[in-house]
Amino acid sequence: MAGSNPNAKPMNLTLKVWRQKNRNTQGGIVDYQVKDISPDMSFLEMLDVLNEDLLRKGEEPVAFDHDCREGICGSCNLFINGRAHGPEPGTTTCQLHMRKFNDGDTITIEPWRANAFPVNKDLSVDRSAFDRIIQAGGYISVNTGGTPDANEIPIPKEIADRAFEAATCIACGACVASCKNASAMLFVSAKVSQLALLPQGHVERKSRVENMVAQMDKEGFGACTNIGSCAAECPVGISLENIAILNREFLSAKATSNNLA
Amino acid sequence: MFPDSKIPEGPLAEKWDKHKFNVKLVNPANKRKYDVIVVGTGLAGASAAASLAELGYNVKAFTYHDSPRRAHSIAAQGGINAAKNYQNDGDSVYRLFYDTIKGGDYRAREANVYRLAQVSVNIIDQCVAQGVPFAREYGGLLANRSFGGAQVSRTFYARGQTGQQLLLGAYSALSRQVAYGKVKLYTRTEMLDVVIVDGQARGIITRNLITGEIEQHAGHAVVLATGGYGNVFYLSTNAKYSNATAAWRAHKKGAYFANPCFTQIHPTCIPVSGDYQSKLTLMSESLRNDGRVWVPKEKATAERLRKGEIRVNDIKEEDRDYFLERKYPAFGNLVPRDVASRNAKMMCDEGRGVGSSGLAVFLDFADAIKRNGADWVSQKYGNLFDMYAKITGENPYEQPMRIYPAVHYTMGGLWVDYNLQTTVPGLYATGECNFSDHGANRLGASALMQGLADGYFVIPYTIGDYLAQTPPKPVTTEHPAFKEAEAEVRARVQKLMSINGTRTPDDFHKALGHIMWEYCGMARTAEGLQHAKAEIQKLRREFWSDLKLVGTEAEMNQALEKAGRVADFLELGELMVDDAYHRNESCGGHFREEYQTPEGEALRDDENFTYVAAWEYTGDNQVSALHKEDLRFENVKLTQRSYK
Repeated sequence: MAGSNPNAKPMNLTLKVWRQKNRNTQGGIVDYQVKDISPDMSFLEMLDVLNEDLLRKGEEPVAFDHDCREGICGSCNLFINGRAHGPEPGTTTCQLHMRKFNDGDTITIEPWRANAFPVNKDLSVDRSAFDRIIQAGGYISVNTGGTPDANEIPIPKEIADRAFEAATCIACGACVASCKNASAMLFVSAKVSQLALLPQGHVERKSRVENMVAQMDKEGFGACTNIGSCAAECPVGISLENIAILNREFLSAKATSNNLA
Repeated sequence: MFPDSKIPEGPLAEKWDKHKFNVKLVNPANKRKYDVIVVGTGLAGASAAASLAELGYNVKAFTYHDSPRRAHSIAAQGGINAAKNYQNDGDSVYRLFYDTIKGGDYRAREANVYRLAQVSVNIIDQCVAQGVPFAREYGGLLANRSFGGAQVSRTFYARGQTGQQLLLGAYSALSRQVAYGKVKLYTRTEMLDVVIVDGQARGIITRNLITGEIEQHAGHAVVLATGGYGNVFYLSTNAKYSNATAAWRAHKKGAYFANPCFTQIHPTCIPVSGDYQSKLTLMSESLRNDGRVWVPKEKATAERLRKGEIRVNDIKEEDRDYFLERKYPAFGNLVPRDVASRNAKMMCDEGRGVGSSGLAVFLDFADAIKRNGADWVSQKYGNLFDMYAKITGENPYEQPMRIYPAVHYTMGGLWVDYNLQTTVPGLYATGECNFSDHGANRLGASALMQGLADGYFVIPYTIGDYLAQTPPKPVTTEHPAFKEAEAEVRARVQKLMSINGTRTPDDFHKALGHIMWEYCGMARTAEGLQHAKAEIQKLRREFWSDLKLVGTEAEMNQALEKAGRVADFLELGELMVDDAYHRNESCGGHFREEYQTPEGEALRDDENFTYVAAWEYTGDNQVSALHKEDLRFENVKLTQRSYK
């Protein structure tokens, strides 16, 4: 069996889960017991077990977002024991496995908390603010067709690799959830850096950073005070360096550009 | 009479150019008078929505995710093929075409595949211009790697996250059009039916997944880019939400479903670990560039290993059987997916499988680490190794990975003509949702290529031909067909809510998956398929009498969403079984045990089965009508596929 430790015993756990009917009602913590949880289960599979039990008993299952369960789609977003995506560094909730917990543990599970991420139901939140920030300028304005041959734009490997690192953001929102100000700077900076690093992105670099930052503010995200918990809790390791790049881009745009915002 | 596949006349290499000239154009000022509905925002949907909006059409884009960027294209790992021949290693449009036709075991259309190979080169240019950070060499130019079924390096990649980077590129193009107001985006909105007005697709019915509201949307044309149906098997590498509902609803409204039994079992997935398992995780095929696949030579050794009496690293080199290298010296570990999967199964059937279940083979990087160092391996495959370690709790740098085949992709899908139009006028299908390019087996790194080819470079041309023949008058939801379709959707949702039985949607889904994997999976027999058909019918009856749901339909209700999708899987599963039963040959991913060569390879029957099986829906619990589109091979000679 994949990774099974023959000595690992099934666990019984107490879950304290945030339940909230919809955006307009108040929520609260409800306690549940789950039994015979295999250490090889993923955290979400443990929740599947809870939900199947609830449904069979005629109670409403806990709503939560998830999809690929491979750590790449960015859907899953649970605040576990006070930490975004739980205790294991560099890991999304779906890739967190129950072998990281012990028999008899009490686990608190909450949704992301941020004004810009209203709760849809239970543990599911609305992160469409991220989409609107990208719509404000997180792209290179090229239409389909008429582009030059891909190898006409040589890019030093180091630059391409750094752009790639920034581009691996999965937009889960852990950075916002972990920040005491609920700032979205790490998310925004990842896109700004990726496109500022690449020559293709230079043409629009000034308007891009101004527009994206303006939208970020409009969505109600807090300001960045350089604490760094965003990067510490980011499941894909987006670096704080990106925020420095964003600040530089923003400053130089404000100092030299047509000052769009 | 089979619908016209509209393949242009003339030499293969000129068909697409000629066709582009012959299709009708919508003049620039008229484009804004047409509304196009695009369902799905993965590679095929986002690229289509963005490109159509850039042309001037008004686009409505729908996704059941909270953001377009979460579509399952994001999880594609290894890469995207293109006939750039940057490596000077003998690649060409013709070679990519040939490899794809051969890889598909001669069950795909020549003309479609050739076009795919032609536009593959434009895709890379497009993505680089969008800022997709592909892997590069130190000189600053793009890097390539090789993939299964090919002897050239034509695969472009972004570490093990190529799908993510390509999707974010298409998502950025889509986002730009949303900002311009040319695309109206509907997130967390699931399509539950297509609306047909006077024989043409004119809209869809959706459910808002947050509020439960049922809504009508009208358009001059509808494009389905809703992905594949691998989740019929319950356990697959597909994302949990991936489903067949949009395609199946379209099928029930008149769109033929082609080759439903052509499913791809991917050879390198992390093996199943327990009953609670909710999905399977793929380890990219690119790993087979440097990983070597083996099992113990002797059954007895494998047994001792399974019992934990010996450890894998104790097994001496001479006691290991690198079975792919032994059987297929020319392609070695890079044989196509169907061949690799079937061989892994054969080893396990012989009792030489590993892992405590015996349903796994090794994928070993020891040689690559010795040759190039662990850092080099980490540079290339780091994220895959990390993922493996997280899921299994084992370190693949120190001991070989254990892998086993799992359902990954569906080559079958809605039947489309050369224009990607289904048998319903005005209804199009792109990407994995259609059947058109991969025949009976898809080559690695070709799904991303096809999704983007369809969305960026095919549909923008071909949909114009249809729209140019549609009057540019506004379409509304006033026609009674909208009301009827909405009433049907409401009735169905209410029926699901009112059964009030004892079993959960997942419970039924797992039971269906078990039947499908057992009888319609890697190896199929006539007897097993007949058994499966009866079992599925029984399960479907149980579903409609014993389903348990709670809450209401007028709110976010994830169990209800799931139930609707399982209901459709229960119908589609039976069609897959029918298709597998009727196709008395083995080809690509469809392996009927009765039809194999003495060496155990797939044995085609070209005389009787060189056709696309397109099924027409004839009513609930009725036998579907089979239509055959003959495949004509004018450029490639049909041979027994050999990778020796």
